Amino acid sequence: MTPVAAPSAHRVLPTLQKRHAPLAAAAEQRAVLARVPVARSFEDALADAGLFPLRATGIEILQLNVGRKCNQTCRHCHVDAGPDRTEMMPDAVVDRCLEIIESTDIPTVDITGGAPELHPRWRELVTRARAAGKEVIDRCNLTITLLPNYAYLPRFFAEQGVHVIASLPHYRQKGTDTQRGDGVFEESVTALRRLNALGYGKPGTGLVLDLVTNPVGTFLPGNQKALEAEWKRQLLRLYGIEFNALYTITNMPIARFLDFLEETGQLGEYLERLVTAFNPAAAAGVMCRNTLSVGWDGTLYDCDFNQMLELPVDARAPRTVFDFDLEALARREIVLGPHCFGCTAGAGSSCGGATAG
Amino acid sequence: MHTHYYDSHDLPRFGEIGKDAPELAEKFFAWYDAVFAEGALTEREKSLIALAVAHAVQCPYCIDAYSQDCLRKGSDVEQMTEAVHVAAAIRGGASLVHGIQMRGHAERLGM
Repeated sequence: MTPVAAPSAHRVLPTLQKRHAPLAAAAEQRAVLARVPVARSFEDALADAGLFPLRATGIEILQLNVGRKCNQTCRHCHVDAGPDRTEMMPDAVVDRCLEIIESTDIPTVDITGGAPELHPRWRELVTRARAAGKEVIDRCNLTITLLPNYAYLPRFFAEQGVHVIASLPHYRQKGTDTQRGDGVFEESVTALRRLNALGYGKPGTGLVLDLVTNPVGTFLPGNQKALEAEWKRQLLRLYGIEFNALYTITNMPIARFLDFLEETGQLGEYLERLVTAFNPAAAAGVMCRNTLSVGWDGTLYDCDFNQMLELPVDARAPRTVFDFDLEALARREIVLGPHCFGCTAGAGSSCGGATAG
Repeated sequence: MHTHYYDSHDLPRFGEIGKDAPELAEKFFAWYDAVFAEGALTEREKSLIALAVAHAVQCPYCIDAYSQDCLRKGSDVEQMTEAVHVAAAIRGGASLVHGIQMRGHAERLGM
Protein backbone atom coordinates (compact mmCIF):
# COMPACT_ATOMS: atom_id res chain seq x y z
CA MET A 1 0.00 0.00 0.00
CA THR A 2 1.32 3.47 -0.88
CA PRO A 3 2.54 5.36 2.20
CA VAL A 4 1.20 8.84 2.77
CA ALA A 5 3.24 11.50 4.53
CA ALA A 6 2.04 13.26 7.66
CA PRO A 7 -0.33 16.21 7.18
CA SER A 8 1.38 19.42 6.21
CA ALA A 9 0.14 22.90 5.46
CA HIS A 10 -1.21 23.03 1.92
CA ARG A 11 -0.85 25.83 -0.57
CA VAL A 12 -3.45 28.59 -0.35
CA LEU A 13 -3.94 31.14 -3.13
CA PRO A 14 -5.59 34.55 -2.83
CA THR A 15 -9.23 34.65 -3.91
CA LEU A 16 -10.44 36.80 -6.81
CA GLN A 17 -11.92 39.10 -4.19
CA LYS A 18 -8.63 39.49 -2.36
CA ARG A 19 -6.85 40.17 -5.65
CA HIS A 20 -9.49 42.82 -6.47
CA ALA A 21 -9.98 41.01 -9.78
CA PRO A 22 -12.86 42.35 -11.91
CA LEU A 23 -14.30 38.82 -12.05
CA ALA A 24 -14.84 38.92 -8.28
CA ALA A 25 -18.06 40.78 -9.15
CA ALA A 26 -20.97 38.60 -10.26
CA ALA A 27 -22.15 41.30 -12.70
CA GLU A 28 -18.77 41.21 -14.45
CA GLN A 29 -18.94 37.41 -14.67
CA ARG A 30 -22.41 37.61 -16.24
CA ALA A 31 -21.19 40.25 -18.70
CA VAL A 32 -18.16 38.17 -19.72
CA LEU A 33 -20.34 35.09 -20.27
CA ALA A 34 -22.90 37.11 -22.26
CA ARG A 35 -20.19 38.37 -24.62
CA VAL A 36 -19.06 34.89 -25.68
CA PRO A 37 -20.61 34.03 -29.06
CA VAL A 38 -22.35 30.64 -28.93
CA ALA A 39 -24.21 28.68 -31.60
CA ARG A 40 -27.54 28.99 -29.75
CA SER A 41 -28.87 30.29 -26.47
CA PHE A 42 -29.62 27.92 -23.59
CA GLU A 43 -33.29 28.91 -23.87
CA ASP A 44 -33.31 27.87 -27.56
CA ALA A 45 -31.60 24.58 -26.74
CA LEU A 46 -34.25 23.85 -24.11
CA ALA A 47 -37.04 24.89 -26.49
CA ASP A 48 -35.71 22.46 -29.13
CA ALA A 49 -35.83 19.75 -26.47
CA GLY A 50 -39.41 20.70 -25.51
CA LEU A 51 -38.29 21.86 -22.05
CA PHE A 52 -38.78 25.63 -22.25
CA PRO A 53 -39.77 27.31 -20.01
CA LEU A 54 -38.01 25.10 -17.52
CA ARG A 55 -40.01 24.65 -14.34
CA ALA A 56 -39.24 23.17 -10.96
CA THR A 57 -40.91 19.83 -10.30
CA GLY A 58 -40.87 20.21 -6.51
CA ILE A 59 -38.39 20.80 -3.71
CA GLU A 60 -36.68 17.63 -2.58
CA ILE A 61 -33.38 19.23 -1.56
CA LEU A 62 -32.88 22.39 0.45
CA GLN A 63 -29.29 23.39 -0.20
CA LEU A 64 -27.85 25.85 2.30
CA ASN A 65 -24.71 27.74 1.39
CA VAL A 66 -23.77 28.86 4.88
CA GLY A 67 -20.71 30.92 3.95
CA ARG A 68 -17.79 31.44 1.63
CA LYS A 69 -14.95 30.91 4.06
CA CYS A 70 -12.81 27.89 3.25
CA ASN A 71 -9.41 26.56 4.28
CA GLN A 72 -8.70 25.73 0.63
CA THR A 73 -8.56 27.78 -2.57
CA CYS A 74 -9.26 25.31 -5.36
CA ARG A 75 -8.49 26.63 -8.81
CA HIS A 76 -11.89 25.68 -10.26
CA CYS A 77 -14.00 27.02 -7.35
CA HIS A 78 -17.22 28.63 -8.58
CA VAL A 79 -17.71 30.23 -5.15
CA ASP A 80 -14.32 31.96 -5.06
CA ALA A 81 -14.13 30.60 -1.54
CA GLY A 82 -11.03 30.93 0.61
CA PRO A 83 -9.65 31.81 4.03
CA ASP A 84 -10.03 35.53 3.36
CA ARG A 85 -13.79 35.38 2.71
CA THR A 86 -15.93 36.63 5.58
CA GLU A 87 -19.50 36.05 4.41
CA MET A 88 -21.30 33.84 6.96
CA MET A 89 -24.99 33.10 7.28
CA PRO A 90 -26.25 35.36 10.10
CA ASP A 91 -28.33 34.05 13.03
CA ALA A 92 -31.65 35.37 11.71
CA VAL A 93 -31.18 33.42 8.45
CA VAL A 94 -30.03 30.27 10.24
CA ASP A 95 -33.08 30.48 12.54
CA ARG A 96 -35.42 30.89 9.57
CA CYS A 97 -33.77 27.99 7.70
CA LEU A 98 -34.26 25.80 10.77
CA GLU A 99 -37.94 26.80 10.90
CA ILE A 100 -38.31 25.81 7.24
CA ILE A 101 -36.48 22.52 7.81
CA GLU A 102 -38.59 21.67 10.85
CA SER A 103 -41.95 22.74 9.43
CA THR A 104 -41.86 21.30 5.90
CA ASP A 105 -41.52 17.81 4.47
CA ILE A 106 -38.51 18.62 2.28
CA PRO A 107 -36.59 15.36 2.77
CA THR A 108 -32.97 16.42 2.24
CA VAL A 109 -30.85 19.23 3.66
CA ASP A 110 -27.62 19.74 1.71
CA ILE A 111 -25.10 21.96 3.49
CA THR A 112 -22.35 23.57 1.46
CA GLY A 113 -20.02 26.58 1.45
CA GLY A 114 -17.00 27.38 1.50
CA ALA A 115 -16.18 24.77 4.05
CA PRO A 116 -19.62 24.65 5.73
CA GLU A 117 -18.20 23.22 8.96
CA LEU A 118 -16.51 26.59 9.61
CA HIS A 119 -19.91 28.15 10.33
CA PRO A 120 -20.36 28.53 14.11
CA ARG A 121 -23.88 27.04 13.95
CA TRP A 122 -23.15 24.25 11.46
CA ARG A 123 -23.32 21.61 14.21
CA GLU A 124 -26.71 22.87 15.35
CA LEU A 125 -28.00 22.87 11.77
CA VAL A 126 -26.96 19.24 11.35
CA THR A 127 -28.29 18.08 14.71
CA ARG A 128 -31.68 19.76 14.37
CA ALA A 129 -32.14 18.71 10.75
CA ARG A 130 -31.35 15.10 11.70
CA ALA A 131 -33.72 15.33 14.68
CA ALA A 132 -36.40 16.51 12.21
CA GLY A 133 -35.83 13.28 10.28
CA LYS A 134 -34.02 14.80 7.32
CA GLU A 135 -31.23 13.28 5.32
CA VAL A 136 -28.32 15.65 5.88
CA ILE A 137 -25.59 16.01 3.27
CA ASP A 138 -22.33 17.71 4.19
CA ARG A 139 -20.17 18.81 1.27
CA CYS A 140 -16.80 18.28 2.86
CA ASN A 141 -13.40 19.25 1.48
CA LEU A 142 -11.80 16.54 3.71
CA THR A 143 -8.79 18.64 4.79
CA ILE A 144 -10.98 20.57 7.24
CA THR A 145 -11.21 17.43 9.36
CA LEU A 146 -7.45 17.60 9.99
CA LEU A 147 -7.48 21.09 11.49
CA PRO A 148 -7.12 20.91 15.27
CA ASN A 149 -10.47 22.56 16.06
CA TYR A 150 -12.31 20.32 13.61
CA ALA A 151 -10.81 16.93 14.40
CA TYR A 152 -14.15 16.05 16.05
CA LEU A 153 -15.85 16.05 12.64
CA PRO A 154 -15.50 12.40 11.51
CA ARG A 155 -16.95 11.07 14.77
CA PHE A 156 -19.69 13.72 14.74
CA PHE A 157 -20.57 12.79 11.13
CA ALA A 158 -20.88 9.15 12.17
CA GLU A 159 -22.91 9.83 15.31
CA GLN A 160 -25.36 11.98 13.36
CA GLY A 161 -25.45 9.69 10.31
CA VAL A 162 -24.46 12.55 8.02
CA HIS A 163 -24.18 11.70 4.32
CA VAL A 164 -20.67 12.90 3.50
CA ILE A 165 -19.96 14.05 -0.04
CA ALA A 166 -16.27 14.78 -0.36
CA SER A 167 -14.18 16.21 -3.15
CA LEU A 168 -11.37 14.19 -4.65
CA PRO A 169 -10.73 15.06 -8.30
CA HIS A 170 -8.27 12.22 -8.82
CA TYR A 171 -7.05 9.10 -7.05
CA ARG A 172 -3.48 10.20 -7.61
CA GLN A 173 -1.66 13.11 -6.05
CA LYS A 174 -0.76 15.17 -9.08
CA GLY A 175 -4.27 15.85 -10.39
CA THR A 176 -5.75 16.49 -6.97
CA ASP A 177 -3.01 18.89 -5.87
CA THR A 178 -3.05 20.71 -9.22
CA GLN A 179 -6.72 21.53 -8.73
CA ARG A 180 -7.02 21.83 -4.95
CA GLY A 181 -3.56 22.95 -3.76
CA ASP A 182 -0.24 21.31 -2.93
CA GLY A 183 -0.55 18.89 -0.04
CA VAL A 184 -4.33 18.51 -0.31
CA PHE A 185 -4.11 14.98 -1.67
CA GLU A 186 -2.10 13.64 1.26
CA GLU A 187 -4.43 15.26 3.76
CA SER A 188 -7.47 13.99 1.87
CA VAL A 189 -6.16 10.41 2.01
CA THR A 190 -5.61 10.73 5.76
CA ALA A 191 -9.15 12.11 6.21
CA LEU A 192 -10.69 9.36 4.06
CA ARG A 193 -8.89 6.68 6.07
CA ARG A 194 -10.29 8.16 9.29
CA LEU A 195 -13.80 8.15 7.82
CA ASN A 196 -13.34 4.54 6.68
CA ALA A 197 -12.16 3.58 10.17
CA LEU A 198 -15.49 4.82 11.54
CA GLY A 199 -17.40 2.72 9.01
CA TYR A 200 -17.93 5.35 6.30
CA GLY A 201 -17.98 3.87 2.81
CA LYS A 202 -18.09 0.32 4.20
CA PRO A 203 -20.91 -2.05 3.27
CA GLY A 204 -23.64 -2.55 5.86
CA THR A 205 -22.82 0.44 8.09
CA GLY A 206 -25.36 2.84 6.58
CA LEU A 207 -22.65 5.54 6.72
CA VAL A 208 -22.49 6.96 3.22
CA LEU A 209 -19.30 8.44 1.82
CA ASP A 210 -19.55 9.65 -1.76
CA LEU A 211 -16.76 11.30 -3.72
CA VAL A 212 -16.91 14.07 -6.30
CA THR A 213 -14.55 14.46 -9.22
CA ASN A 214 -14.31 17.61 -11.31
CA PRO A 215 -12.05 17.39 -14.38
CA VAL A 216 -8.58 18.77 -13.74
CA GLY A 217 -8.75 20.91 -16.86
CA THR A 218 -11.07 22.08 -19.59
CA PHE A 219 -12.35 18.69 -20.72
CA LEU A 220 -15.73 17.19 -19.89
CA PRO A 221 -16.00 14.41 -17.32
CA GLY A 222 -16.02 10.85 -18.60
CA ASN A 223 -18.57 8.12 -17.95
CA GLN A 224 -19.51 8.27 -14.26
CA LYS A 225 -19.94 4.52 -13.77
CA ALA A 226 -16.65 3.68 -15.50
CA LEU A 227 -14.77 6.33 -13.52
CA GLU A 228 -16.36 5.11 -10.29
CA ALA A 229 -15.15 1.57 -10.95
CA GLU A 230 -11.64 2.87 -11.64
CA TRP A 231 -11.59 5.19 -8.59
CA LYS A 232 -12.76 2.30 -6.36
CA ARG A 233 -10.16 -0.11 -7.70
CA GLN A 234 -7.30 2.36 -7.49
CA LEU A 235 -8.12 3.92 -4.10
CA LEU A 236 -8.40 0.46 -2.56
CA ARG A 237 -5.23 -0.78 -4.26
CA LEU A 238 -3.12 2.30 -3.52
CA TYR A 239 -4.45 3.50 -0.16
CA GLY A 240 -6.89 0.89 1.16
CA ILE A 241 -9.73 3.44 0.88
CA GLU A 242 -13.37 2.54 0.24
CA PHE A 243 -16.29 4.76 -0.68
CA ASN A 244 -19.87 4.42 -1.93
CA ALA A 245 -20.43 6.39 -5.15
CA LEU A 246 -18.47 8.74 -7.39
CA TYR A 247 -20.16 11.82 -8.82
CA THR A 248 -18.75 13.51 -11.91
CA ILE A 249 -19.31 17.27 -11.96
CA THR A 250 -18.49 19.50 -14.93
CA ASN A 251 -16.42 22.60 -14.18
CA MET A 252 -18.66 25.65 -14.37
CA PRO A 253 -17.45 28.79 -16.15
CA ILE A 254 -18.00 30.85 -12.99
CA ALA A 255 -15.63 32.71 -10.61
CA ARG A 256 -12.16 31.11 -10.45
CA PHE A 257 -12.71 28.62 -13.29
CA LEU A 258 -14.03 31.48 -15.43
CA ASP A 259 -10.91 33.45 -14.50
CA PHE A 260 -8.73 30.48 -15.48
CA LEU A 261 -10.53 30.16 -18.84
CA GLU A 262 -10.13 33.87 -19.54
CA GLU A 263 -6.49 33.92 -18.49
CA THR A 264 -5.61 30.97 -20.70
CA GLY A 265 -7.70 32.16 -23.66
CA GLN A 266 -9.94 29.09 -23.56
CA LEU A 267 -13.30 30.59 -22.62
CA GLY A 268 -14.83 30.56 -26.10
CA GLU A 269 -13.57 27.06 -26.83
CA TYR A 270 -14.84 25.73 -23.47
CA LEU A 271 -18.31 27.24 -23.85
CA GLU A 272 -18.48 25.87 -27.39
CA ARG A 273 -17.58 22.44 -25.99
CA LEU A 274 -20.45 22.69 -23.47
CA VAL A 275 -22.93 23.95 -26.08
CA THR A 276 -21.98 21.28 -28.62
CA ALA A 277 -22.41 18.57 -25.97
CA PHE A 278 -25.96 19.71 -25.01
CA ASN A 279 -27.93 16.59 -24.12
CA PRO A 280 -31.75 16.87 -23.85
CA ALA A 281 -31.86 13.83 -21.54
CA ALA A 282 -29.41 15.52 -19.17
CA ALA A 283 -31.41 18.75 -19.37
CA ALA A 284 -34.59 17.02 -18.22
CA GLY A 285 -32.83 15.90 -15.04
CA VAL A 286 -31.07 19.13 -14.02
CA MET A 287 -30.86 19.64 -10.26
CA CYS A 288 -32.53 23.07 -10.20
CA ARG A 289 -35.84 21.31 -10.84
CA ASN A 290 -35.85 19.64 -7.42
CA THR A 291 -33.45 21.83 -5.42
CA LEU A 292 -33.79 25.20 -3.73
CA SER A 293 -30.54 26.98 -2.95
CA VAL A 294 -30.26 29.41 -0.02
CA GLY A 295 -27.51 32.03 0.01
CA TRP A 296 -25.66 33.09 3.14
CA ASP A 297 -27.84 36.22 3.36
CA GLY A 298 -31.11 34.27 2.97
CA THR A 299 -31.69 34.99 -0.73
CA LEU A 300 -33.21 32.09 -2.66
CA TYR A 301 -31.70 30.73 -5.87
CA ASP A 302 -32.37 27.88 -8.28
CA CYS A 303 -28.88 26.49 -7.71
CA ASP A 304 -25.49 27.29 -6.20
CA PHE A 305 -24.24 28.45 -9.62
CA ASN A 306 -27.02 31.01 -10.03
CA GLN A 307 -26.25 32.03 -6.46
CA MET A 308 -22.65 32.89 -7.32
CA LEU A 309 -23.82 34.82 -10.41
CA GLU A 310 -26.36 36.63 -8.19
CA LEU A 311 -29.32 35.44 -10.24
CA PRO A 312 -32.07 34.93 -7.63
CA VAL A 313 -35.20 32.86 -8.29
CA ASP A 314 -37.83 34.17 -10.68
CA ALA A 315 -39.26 37.50 -9.50
CA ARG A 316 -42.79 36.00 -9.39
CA ALA A 317 -41.67 33.59 -6.64
CA PRO A 318 -40.68 34.47 -3.05
CA ARG A 319 -37.03 35.53 -3.13
CA THR A 320 -35.84 35.16 0.47
CA VAL A 321 -36.21 32.64 3.27
CA PHE A 322 -38.25 35.24 5.14
CA ASP A 323 -41.11 35.03 2.64
CA PHE A 324 -40.59 31.32 1.89
CA ASP A 325 -43.67 29.70 0.35
CA LEU A 326 -43.20 26.05 -0.54
CA GLU A 327 -46.13 25.90 -2.96
CA ALA A 328 -45.07 28.96 -4.94
CA LEU A 329 -41.42 27.91 -5.04
CA ALA A 330 -42.13 24.29 -5.94
CA ARG A 331 -43.47 25.25 -9.37
CA ARG A 332 -41.31 28.30 -10.10
CA GLU A 333 -39.80 28.98 -13.50
CA ILE A 334 -36.04 28.42 -13.47
CA VAL A 335 -33.75 31.39 -14.20
CA LEU A 336 -31.36 30.53 -17.05
CA GLY A 337 -28.09 31.72 -18.54
CA PRO A 338 -25.28 30.50 -20.80
CA HIS A 339 -23.56 28.85 -17.80
CA CYS A 340 -26.49 26.39 -17.65
CA PHE A 341 -24.89 24.52 -20.57
CA GLY A 342 -22.44 23.25 -17.94
CA CYS A 343 -25.19 21.13 -16.36
CA THR A 344 -26.51 19.72 -19.64
CA ALA A 345 -23.29 18.76 -21.44
CA GLY A 346 -22.68 15.09 -22.15
CA ALA A 347 -24.10 12.92 -19.41
CA GLY A 348 -25.12 16.06 -17.49
CA SER A 349 -23.84 17.40 -14.21
CA SER A 350 -25.34 18.21 -10.85
CA CYS A 351 -24.51 18.18 -7.15
CA GLY A 352 -25.56 14.53 -7.40
CA GLY A 353 -23.36 13.83 -10.41
CA ALA A 354 -24.44 12.87 -13.94
CA THR A 355 -28.13 13.41 -14.73
CA ALA A 356 -28.45 11.12 -17.77
CA GLY A 357 -27.34 7.51 -18.21
CA MET B 1 -4.18 25.06 -52.32
CA HIS B 2 -3.19 23.86 -48.86
CA THR B 3 0.06 25.22 -47.50
CA HIS B 4 0.47 22.38 -45.01
CA TYR B 5 -0.42 18.71 -44.84
CA TYR B 6 -1.94 18.62 -41.33
CA ASP B 7 -4.82 20.79 -40.07
CA SER B 8 -6.34 20.35 -36.58
CA HIS B 9 -9.73 21.38 -37.99
CA ASP B 10 -9.71 18.19 -40.05
CA LEU B 11 -10.12 16.03 -36.94
CA PRO B 12 -13.84 16.82 -36.34
CA ARG B 13 -14.36 16.30 -40.10
CA PHE B 14 -13.26 12.65 -39.88
CA GLY B 15 -16.83 11.54 -40.60
CA GLU B 16 -16.67 13.14 -44.06
CA ILE B 17 -14.48 10.23 -45.14
CA GLY B 18 -17.79 8.41 -45.69
CA LYS B 19 -18.89 10.75 -48.47
CA ASP B 20 -17.90 8.59 -51.40
CA ALA B 21 -17.84 5.23 -49.69
CA PRO B 22 -20.66 5.35 -47.12
CA GLU B 23 -21.01 1.59 -46.57
CA LEU B 24 -17.31 1.16 -45.89
CA ALA B 25 -17.25 4.16 -43.54
CA GLU B 26 -20.31 2.89 -41.71
CA LYS B 27 -18.65 -0.47 -41.21
CA PHE B 28 -15.42 1.14 -40.08
CA PHE B 29 -17.02 3.49 -37.54
CA ALA B 30 -19.30 0.78 -36.14
CA TRP B 31 -16.29 -1.50 -35.69
CA TYR B 32 -14.25 1.37 -34.26
CA ASP B 33 -16.95 2.12 -31.64
CA ALA B 34 -17.17 -1.57 -30.75
CA VAL B 35 -13.41 -1.79 -30.34
CA PHE B 36 -13.38 1.03 -27.78
CA ALA B 37 -16.41 -0.16 -25.80
CA GLU B 38 -15.82 -1.65 -22.35
CA GLY B 39 -14.98 -5.34 -22.66
CA ALA B 40 -12.29 -7.50 -21.13
CA LEU B 41 -10.34 -4.22 -21.02
CA THR B 42 -11.83 -1.03 -19.56
CA GLU B 43 -12.49 2.01 -21.75
CA ARG B 44 -9.68 3.78 -19.88
CA GLU B 45 -7.16 1.03 -20.62
CA LYS B 46 -8.15 0.99 -24.30
CA SER B 47 -7.75 4.74 -24.49
CA LEU B 48 -4.22 4.50 -23.04
CA ILE B 49 -3.34 1.82 -25.59
CA ALA B 50 -4.71 4.08 -28.35
CA LEU B 51 -2.61 6.96 -27.06
CA ALA B 52 0.53 4.82 -27.12
CA VAL B 53 -0.20 3.52 -30.62
CA ALA B 54 -0.94 7.09 -31.77
CA HIS B 55 2.63 7.95 -30.82
CA ALA B 56 4.02 4.83 -32.45
CA VAL B 57 2.29 5.67 -35.73
CA GLN B 58 2.92 9.40 -35.07
CA CYS B 59 -0.61 10.49 -35.98
CA PRO B 60 -1.22 14.06 -34.72
CA TYR B 61 -5.01 13.64 -35.04
CA CYS B 62 -4.93 10.54 -32.86
CA ILE B 63 -2.59 12.18 -30.34
CA ASP B 64 -5.01 15.13 -30.07
CA ALA B 65 -8.08 12.89 -29.78
CA TYR B 66 -6.63 10.39 -27.33
CA SER B 67 -4.93 12.96 -25.09
CA GLN B 68 -8.42 14.37 -24.49
CA ASP B 69 -10.01 10.94 -24.29
CA CYS B 70 -7.48 9.63 -21.75
CA LEU B 71 -8.06 12.62 -19.47
CA ARG B 72 -11.84 12.25 -19.73
CA LYS B 73 -11.59 8.57 -18.90
CA GLY B 74 -9.69 9.26 -15.72
CA SER B 75 -6.03 8.89 -16.64
CA ASP B 76 -3.61 11.58 -15.55
CA VAL B 77 -0.59 13.02 -17.32
CA GLU B 78 1.86 10.77 -15.47
CA GLN B 79 0.01 7.65 -16.61
CA MET B 80 -0.26 9.02 -20.16
CA THR B 81 3.47 9.81 -20.23
CA GLU B 82 4.25 6.26 -19.12
CA ALA B 83 2.04 4.96 -21.95
CA VAL B 84 4.04 7.04 -24.47
CA HIS B 85 7.26 5.59 -23.03
CA VAL B 86 5.84 2.11 -23.66
CA ALA B 87 5.33 3.07 -27.31
CA ALA B 88 8.82 4.57 -27.49
CA ALA B 89 10.37 1.51 -25.83
CA ILE B 90 8.73 -0.81 -28.33
CA ARG B 91 9.84 1.37 -31.24
CA GLY B 92 13.38 1.60 -29.86
CA GLY B 93 13.47 -2.07 -28.96
CA ALA B 94 12.17 -3.01 -32.42
CA SER B 95 15.14 -1.23 -33.97
CA LEU B 96 17.64 -2.61 -31.52
CA VAL B 97 16.50 -6.22 -31.67
CA HIS B 98 17.17 -6.16 -35.43
CA GLY B 99 20.78 -5.64 -34.41
CA ILE B 100 20.85 -9.39 -33.83
CA GLN B 101 20.19 -9.83 -37.57
CA MET B 102 23.00 -7.40 -38.29
CA ARG B 103 25.31 -9.37 -36.04
CA GLY B 104 24.29 -12.61 -37.78
CA HIS B 105 25.07 -11.11 -41.19
CA ALA B 106 28.38 -9.73 -39.96
CA GLU B 107 29.31 -13.06 -38.44
CA ARG B 108 28.53 -14.88 -41.66
CA LEU B 109 30.43 -12.37 -43.80
CA GLY B 110 33.37 -11.84 -41.51
CA MET B 111 36.39 -13.90 -40.76
